[in-house]
Amino acid sequence: MFWSSILLALRAIRRNLLRSFLTILGIVIGVSAVITMVTLGNGATRAVSDQISSLGSNLIMVRPGKRLGPGRDEAGSPNFKARDVEAVATQIAPVKAVAPVTSKSVTVVCGARNWSSTVTGSTNAYFTAGNWQIADGRTFTATEQRAGKAVCVIGATVRKELFGGQSPLGNELRIKNFACEVIGLLQSKGQSTMGTDQDDIVVIPLRTLQRRLTGNQDIHTLMISVMDGANTDQVMADLRGLMRERRKIAANEEDNFSILDTRQIAEALTGTTKVLTMLLGAVAAVSLLVGGIGIMNIMLVSVTERTREIGIRLAIGALEREVLLQFLVEAVALSALGGIVGVILAMLASLGLAKVMQVPYIFDPGINLLSFLFSAAIGVLFGYFPARRAARLDPIEALRHE
Amino acid sequence: MSAASARAAPETGALIELRDVTKTYGQGPAAFLALRGVNLHIGAGEFVAIMGPSGSGKSTVMNILGCLDNPSSGAYLFRGMHVENLTRDQRALLRRYYLGFVFQGFNLLARTTALENVELPLVYRGEPRAARHAKARAALDAVGLRQWEHHTPAELSGGQQQRVAIARAIVTDPAILLADEPTGNLDSQRSYEIMDLLAALNRDRGITVLMVTHEPGMARYAKRIIHFVDGRVDSDHRNGENA
Repeated sequence: MFWSSILLALRAIRRNLLRSFLTILGIVIGVSAVITMVTLGNGATRAVSDQISSLGSNLIMVRPGKRLGPGRDEAGSPNFKARDVEAVATQIAPVKAVAPVTSKSVTVVCGARNWSSTVTGSTNAYFTAGNWQIADGRTFTATEQRAGKAVCVIGATVRKELFGGQSPLGNELRIKNFACEVIGLLQSKGQSTMGTDQDDIVVIPLRTLQRRLTGNQDIHTLMISVMDGANTDQVMADLRGLMRERRKIAANEEDNFSILDTRQIAEALTGTTKVLTMLLGAVAAVSLLVGGIGIMNIMLVSVTERTREIGIRLAIGALEREVLLQFLVEAVALSALGGIVGVILAMLASLGLAKVMQVPYIFDPGINLLSFLFSAAIGVLFGYFPARRAARLDPIEALRHE
Repeated sequence: MSAASARAAPETGALIELRDVTKTYGQGPAAFLALRGVNLHIGAGEFVAIMGPSGSGKSTVMNILGCLDNPSSGAYLFRGMHVENLTRDQRALLRRYYLGFVFQGFNLLARTTALENVELPLVYRGEPRAARHAKARAALDAVGLRQWEHHTPAELSGGQQQRVAIARAIVTDPAILLADEPTGNLDSQRSYEIMDLLAALNRDRGITVLMVTHEPGMARYAKRIIHFVDGRVDSDHRNGENA
């Protein structure tokens, strides 16, 4: 009986091909939206964590304030000074490079062209810690760093925007009110998955930045590259002790700085994309629900249309539950069909969009199966009411129905 | 009840018996009494025509005899069993295993072949596919439509559709065939063909046939004619006798 119900349902669907297609459209869109959102979200999460781990697992960042991200408490957590950098470099054992970093967004000008970029003041240690390779030219000399000379190393994007195809070396660009000679060009790193262009960068000596742009001795961030094979946790613990001591924090006070290694940064960033993924998935799930209401609508129309058929079946001796099953199976077959089409569509859409958005495509069997089962469940949920209505028809009335 | 009806319906061996059956539609002052105490015996192998003007209760009695509806009061015995208070599903099972229906409007499933239409009651009986095909083909053979089995109702004439409906009704070998105005939608030529078929099924196969009609020409095929007036049996006589 159950098997024949399925055959019966499929036949009914085939008989009204266009209407069946329009009916399942809602489910198709819902299922494919959910799967696509979650798949792309997973891809983005993977891309973020991949990129951070490409920085190397041995990178540690020290920043003033307790928390990462917006809302951190700047008051009462002073910036670092050059002496802090020295202290870290001399007192923490397995450290490869300590780069002081202070950045500022400014417009850089070259001749008639100008470009809004980020100017970072640091030392040569920055190139080591950040995994930068020099494509052309050189890094800073010791004199340039000490004296705060007006020289800079630029990223590929800045070069493209200001110099086009020409070699930038030896040329001058103007940062705010001072002219700066380009001495080096960085190897391109490409776009980060967070949508920021890593090559949109101008690096000048820290002293130059402090003197010409910020006007103080502050250092915003310490980028510390730990030697390969060193115990990162131990280094972080040592750093914390050193910083508490240097900043004169009493034993009962909390830290007024934060130490993050790449793993923690990765967790913080991937946590964000995961939340976004869930949110988008939830929004898409609402459209799945709307698709279910569409199925209910069409099934109700179908019951009214086929009142006579139901009357015939009841007169011939169909039980209430057999008619119920027939219409329920039909609704579930419709929604499950929509689910299957949705899964296939989602696969194509995710593949295409993943390519466009430059995130890896990761097939997640869990979300595909879940969405499909959910679509079938929607068939049961929204098919029940019309099916019950069909089953409860009075055969005499139903046969008289025109 | 006349003396004739007592002769026509012997007490013994009744397939169907109605005892003082009434049927009321609606409630309160709007209530309408469709049947006002009907007594009826129908034996196995009979061919009965129920006649009467509109509103005389002939359709109501047909619905009750066909177990599509329960009487408001009185008793309905089917093969000696009380069936007047069955539940919906119990009545459905009784229809499934003992009754065959032919309707005025044919009532075949649209866009479904003749063979599939005839098979439908067997599907609900849970018969295997091969047996269904064999029985359905035999039934179509009996109504002379074996070669039309793959045609849908839209491709068949009215007379042919009604013959498919008859095949569907007899495919289960029912105890009784209930036909509600089976010729109402047909021209006279097709009507006579259908009546010939019903008479032949009754004569050759011994199928009990109960038919509602308002055309005296069709009632003439029956062996017994019952007239209904105002929800009561007005006359009940063997065909050929005077009412």
